[in-house]
Amino acid sequence: MTTTAAALTLRGATIIEQMKKARVSHVLSVPDLHTSHGLLAPIAQDPDFQLIRVCKEDECLGIAAGLTYGDKRAAILVQYTGFLYAMNAIRGVACEQKLPIVLMIGLLGKEPGTPPAESRRFGVRIVEPILDVLGIPHVCIETDDDAPAISAMFDDAWRESRPRAILIGGRPEARA
Amino acid sequence: MIDRRKALELLARKITDEIVVATYSSASDWIEISDRALNYYSSGAMGLASSHGLGLALARPERRVVVLDGDGSLLMNLGTLVTIGRVAPKNFTHLVFQNGTYEANGGHPIPNPEADFEGHARAAQIASAFTVSDIESFERKIDWFLSAPGPVFGCVKVEQGPLGPRSYKDMYKAERRAALRAALTRAD
Repeated sequence: MTTTAAALTLRGATIIEQMKKARVSHVLSVPDLHTSHGLLAPIAQDPDFQLIRVCKEDECLGIAAGLTYGDKRAAILVQYTGFLYAMNAIRGVACEQKLPIVLMIGLLGKEPGTPPAESRRFGVRIVEPILDVLGIPHVCIETDDDAPAISAMFDDAWRESRPRAILIGGRPEARA
Repeated sequence: MIDRRKALELLARKITDEIVVATYSSASDWIEISDRALNYYSSGAMGLASSHGLGLALARPERRVVVLDGDGSLLMNLGTLVTIGRVAPKNFTHLVFQNGTYEANGGHPIPNPEADFEGHARAAQIASAFTVSDIESFERKIDWFLSAPGPVFGCVKVEQGPLGPRSYKDMYKAERRAALRAALTRAD
């Protein structure tokens, strides 16, 4: 592997390690090609997570809200298109009810190493501005080096009782 | 057809330590009939009452969760039946009050007032599903649907109630959500 390729590596295992560090117990998801192989597939096989496959992304907001009443930490793993679809539920449930709900948003089609705001894809480019308007703090995870921000965002969400978003910019690899 | 308010009054007599998730018109009636800390008012996005209830049922497996949903609300999140059918929480009862209208939004008809919601639930592999259209049948079912292994789905055919606008301001207060958290914490 070249130095450049190694620097751009994001492993699903690294993300999962961070989710466990953050005590995530439930993963609520609609499959996303960006995270399908490297992240959702291993999560589905991991007995430390209860994976709930939903039909549409807005279901995740209700389920995650209910789970907070047992202090159960959920990760909502969806594609950016699903994030856009679920906008009203994000506004009404996560933001207005001030709940510790964490969105993990796959940026399908984002060019490797390119900031989301500079992507050639319109749908990818508008994700961060929308999160800013909603007042949801966010980070973009491009490589393994960025991964420590994942558990930090979950902890922050639960400490502040506010939603957070983790953009999965790099495509997670399945290898350990 | 059933008077929804009368059905909820009968239900209230049997409710003890269950978490009751209510939305829109059912919630407006329920809060007047049984104002209690263990109520959860589904707010923020129409259609998600059963999803909130599913999360609560998973968070609190020791406690029954009863969702009071509307037909217009369920239609905004019909996939929830498939999700619930798969997750299959044992402590979950989902009642849908079918009046064929968006009662909270002016009384306009839902896209198909004759839709078979029990059929939808059964097709989603929720085997314990029923429909009732008279108050005596509803009353006879209460003990069963509060205790039978879930998920249980019930379609309750009701007359259209009072048209809106009804105020949701009180039920959506943050203090109510805090009271539910406190009640659950005390019970731990």
